[in-house]
Amino acid sequence: MQLDRERLLRAYKNMKIIRMFEERLHEEIKTGEIAGFTHLYAGQEAVAVGVCELLDDEDKIVSTHRGHGHCLAKGCDVIGMMKEIYGRADGLCKGKGGSMHIADIEKGMLGANGIVGAGAPIAVGAAMSAKLDGRGKVSIAFSGDGACNQGTTFEAMNMAVVTKVPAIFVFENNKYSENTGVDYAVGTASDIAGRAEGFGMKVWRANGSDFFDVYNTMLDLLDYVRAGHGPAAIEFDTERFFGHFEGDPQKYRGDGELARIRDQRDPLKQFRLKAVELDKIDLSDLDKIDEDVAALIEAAVTQARAADAPSPEDVLTDVYVSY
Amino acid sequence: MTEMMLREAIAQTLHDEMLRDSNVVVLGEDIVGGMGTEGGPESTGGIWGTSGGLFDKFGPNRVIDTPISESAIVGAAAGLALSGKRPVAEIMFADFVGVCLDQLWNQLAKFRYMFGGKTTCPAVIRMSYGAGLNAAAQHSQSVYSLLTALPGLKVVMPTTPADAKGLLTTAIRGSDPVIFMEHKALYAVRGEVPEGEYMIPFGQARQVRAGRDVTIVACGLMVSVAEAAAAGLEAEGIGCNVIDLRTTSPIDEDAILDSLEITGRLVVVDESPPRCSLATDIAGLASQHAFSSLKAPIQLVTAPHTPVPFARELEREYLPSADKVQAAVRAVMAYK
Repeated sequence: MQLDRERLLRAYKNMKIIRMFEERLHEEIKTGEIAGFTHLYAGQEAVAVGVCELLDDEDKIVSTHRGHGHCLAKGCDVIGMMKEIYGRADGLCKGKGGSMHIADIEKGMLGANGIVGAGAPIAVGAAMSAKLDGRGKVSIAFSGDGACNQGTTFEAMNMAVVTKVPAIFVFENNKYSENTGVDYAVGTASDIAGRAEGFGMKVWRANGSDFFDVYNTMLDLLDYVRAGHGPAAIEFDTERFFGHFEGDPQKYRGDGELARIRDQRDPLKQFRLKAVELDKIDLSDLDKIDEDVAALIEAAVTQARAADAPSPEDVLTDVYVSY
Repeated sequence: MTEMMLREAIAQTLHDEMLRDSNVVVLGEDIVGGMGTEGGPESTGGIWGTSGGLFDKFGPNRVIDTPISESAIVGAAAGLALSGKRPVAEIMFADFVGVCLDQLWNQLAKFRYMFGGKTTCPAVIRMSYGAGLNAAAQHSQSVYSLLTALPGLKVVMPTTPADAKGLLTTAIRGSDPVIFMEHKALYAVRGEVPEGEYMIPFGQARQVRAGRDVTIVACGLMVSVAEAAAAGLEAEGIGCNVIDLRTTSPIDEDAILDSLEITGRLVVVDESPPRCSLATDIAGLASQHAFSSLKAPIQLVTAPHTPVPFARELEREYLPSADKVQAAVRAVMAYK
């Protein structure tokens, strides 16, 4: 799939939506209006969008506690998501899930997940389903460098290899599992892809700050998996611009570290430079998108604030289909 | 009606449901047996004899023999269910729930709720449970009390081959996650099984024996213990109404409360340890909703607050027995 003008503009827009969604949440959370724990994805936009741009609604993804980016990239409704994070009755999950449990099964988004490492086995099940259906669909487990240390992730990788299902393990190495550095926590000299390779999978590596590198590498990887060769894994080198959770004082960061990664590893900045170099789009196209997205996020927050809270009796519904 | 063992009823039901609905997928450790060996696939057909022949008939994409990876098995079942399939996963021993509880509790059980009711999660997780085979502390537990406490799961425990068919069919065709618990000591129990379509609704207890003096509530293997006790007590002129719960979540509260209105005396027989258990749950129900009917303190016949021991003599002592149930019944009858 060539990166034509339309696709490039859409990718930029989706990355911009994630960025502005997260930056706005960062501000709104300070007001105290939003309850609970929130983990922001900003800084990693090129991964979510570069991967999901190559999927359709029948391809599945399973996400993490840092899931807003994956949800938005897979097509979850922006306003529905904002309402969910505000805990509203007409939020995407009726206010029962919140930031860490956003899902939209129709879009192939099988859920963000509050348990680190829980997603990979679920993605293997979705891949078993895809293999049974035989229509060339894939299932993707997004994991961080934290989840790569969970036994569930090991089990899932081995089971995917053994059953030869179209599962793709996407590791977003943002260098931190909560407050702990990857050099400390990943015993294979910080090499996550190498570990996946040890399970018998073909692996790829790419720059997670560069949409074009993500996209082109995923094209290659997806060709391999869709051809029926079984699972694959990819490690993206990426950065998170905010703390582990909102309110995290980030005492573990080095002096000037955040300024440096925002300067040198910003997927949106890098996209702007490259897209113009490619001569397919003008900066004015991107500026227009920036304006549209700003209006969309403003509308989402305004509507979320105004939306109704769930009724107390709703606590009892949606546990079972019948009981 | 055909006479068969409980394990055969399960194997036949899995076969029939797979034939009926191509979305039904089974997975688990050694459910095919012999994968990657000289003996080859189907050389064992599952250690419980509940999945023999399925692999040859339905192939590797629907009969998925897995490595020993309980978390990945239950997680995969969850992913299959969210993708529109009807997985039936087998956890070889219920004790291994300890390995995969996150996938049962935080994932499978909660998807529908967390996602605002916008998905169903029709997964069945089968597991063998229970003491009596001298399998010791990590292969003998009755984890149904633990699992019954988890919102989002249904918990089912067949005691007869007919119930195994009727309840498993309901579980597979339903839309919610179901824990299907098979007592190891019941696999070889024989009984008549209805032919053709046979479903038993959840939350409907079975009256095993009618009686007007004492209500005995039991489930799983304990139903046969209660039955044996009741048969002996009849000679003493004590009539026991023995109730097999069939499902502990949902639970048939009406069957218990209706019976208590008549008998006013309650004995609960529970194979799990006594704290925060099915027995205390039912005692709570009775004291809350049948207080005015009760003529005697409720008697709970349970396993002790210990792990399951190994030696025959110790395990015999551990398990509720007909003698212990009879003593409990006599105690409620003697209470003035």
